[in-house]
Amino acid sequence: MAEREHIKRSGTPAESDEVEDLPETSESGEKLKADMDDLLDEIDEVLETNAEDFVKSYIQKGGQ
Amino acid sequence: MAVPKTLGVETEYGIVLRGTDDPNPISASSLLINAYLAVREPQSQPRVSWDFEDESPARDARGETALSALAPSIETHLVNAVLTNGARYYVDHAHPEYSTPECADAHSIVVHDRAGEEILIESMRAASTMLRPEQEIVVYKNNSDGKGNSYGCHENYLMDRATPFGQIVHHGIAHLITRQIFTGAGKVGTELPGMNRGELPYQLTQRADFFEEQVGLETTLKRPIINTRDEPHADARKYRRLHVIAGDANMSEVATYLKVGTTAIVLGMVEESAISRMWHFADPVRAMQQISADLSVDALLDLDDGSRVRAIDVQEALCEDARAFIEKRGTEAVGGPVAIDVVDRWASTLDSLRRDPMELASSIDWIAKYRLLDAYRERHGLQWDDARLAAMDLQYHDLRPDRSLARRIGLETIVSQAAVDEAVTHPPIDTRAYFRGECLRKWGDQIVAANWDSLVFDVGIEPLRRIPMMEPTRGTRDHVGSVLEECDTPLELLERLRS
Repeated sequence: MAEREHIKRSGTPAESDEVEDLPETSESGEKLKADMDDLLDEIDEVLETNAEDFVKSYIQKGGQ
Repeated sequence: MAVPKTLGVETEYGIVLRGTDDPNPISASSLLINAYLAVREPQSQPRVSWDFEDESPARDARGETALSALAPSIETHLVNAVLTNGARYYVDHAHPEYSTPECADAHSIVVHDRAGEEILIESMRAASTMLRPEQEIVVYKNNSDGKGNSYGCHENYLMDRATPFGQIVHHGIAHLITRQIFTGAGKVGTELPGMNRGELPYQLTQRADFFEEQVGLETTLKRPIINTRDEPHADARKYRRLHVIAGDANMSEVATYLKVGTTAIVLGMVEESAISRMWHFADPVRAMQQISADLSVDALLDLDDGSRVRAIDVQEALCEDARAFIEKRGTEAVGGPVAIDVVDRWASTLDSLRRDPMELASSIDWIAKYRLLDAYRERHGLQWDDARLAAMDLQYHDLRPDRSLARRIGLETIVSQAAVDEAVTHPPIDTRAYFRGECLRKWGDQIVAANWDSLVFDVGIEPLRRIPMMEPTRGTRDHVGSVLEECDTPLELLERLRS
């Protein structure tokens, strides 16, 4: 997923050894994705129903 | 010379009054706090008021007292309460603000910062009984409204007065701008003047956009990385209180712990001249913003000698210095035994940031928020400028337990709910907050005024009696616990303390 990779460290030659760890990472990556899907289902119920109005009306006075 | 790091965190909360066309945040904040006091601490208001006599926010650590500097306007007619846990709960610049009592270490700070959240949550519940059915006050623990307005989460660190302020500035700037890689709470978009909001889809921090100076007295505009406010609320010959305004408010307990814990250690090392390398950034404010804009956590920043460095390199160097310092000189000056755990956690967090920031999705706010928003964005095929993502950014910080997104995503906790519940009404036992909180509990109806460094009693006969509390490390349970227990009246207490 292009966006996920965006925040990974850019590889340097010295770090190329870590590529071998990838299979482990993607296994737990699959579990993470499944957990995330469940979470997204769950939060759908509590998200602000009108996001645009909510964002527009969220104004604060400047503080410190 | 290093002194024990007495610590405190003040959080200005965002506030929304829903169900009305003309919300007044000052009234809403007042109603919110008054509702809490009426329900939970009837003995503390309106009688116990904040004593402003020793406040001098315009005094500058660099030696001038700037008349032209905009001292924060202290609205003395607004709600301003002291609680039995030693905290201060008040309205400041149209926000409800909660200042934790003085804490002796970073773990205690997390307990009391969470207690502050519980108090705000209870305040929302109490306020709902006083509002019309269609109205609701909602509180947000964040620092930005996405429209160019910012409000702060400030940290306070007790320091040795003798430490040259220039040292605090140089090392302070290096740590404060680079610690953003684990302290940032994340934000959709940018509010930097001159940029389009969409030019930066997501950044690490809420606050970097609002900083314009390296050093200065201001807090509400032209914000400086190092704030020079010189108001120690303690013996001014011995102590300085470093007032740090550059951090984000954190929802993650681990992030709060690291934010305060690492900074206490760095400042202790500054006092002892124990930092091995001084980092002089060519443009610290720009570097602060570059670090915030860099999701890969590996941007190269310009130093003033022409070389470049990454934020993580600076943090790793400081972390190594910290480990060596503690091994040689112990933990007394860097926030107590907890400092050892802070360093372990600091090191492993930096390791993860080197390997893959996503490893920290259950402990670092900007990463947890990014992971959630990015997954939602992908599922629904959205662009980063979609209002739904901005809404989720805000809702991450919603304090209502059933609505808060931060509460749902499985952030790691490091303090027990029992400790937090206790801290809602009881002060820490190991700072002068103990004396303040316990006196308020026992004799709240005879205390007419309180502030950080004194209590004023009305003992029934003229004159009023002021007890100074100029030492943040005294007035602990060890020092005064039995005296407080043995005295039935404030008059007895005054006699005992005099002897």
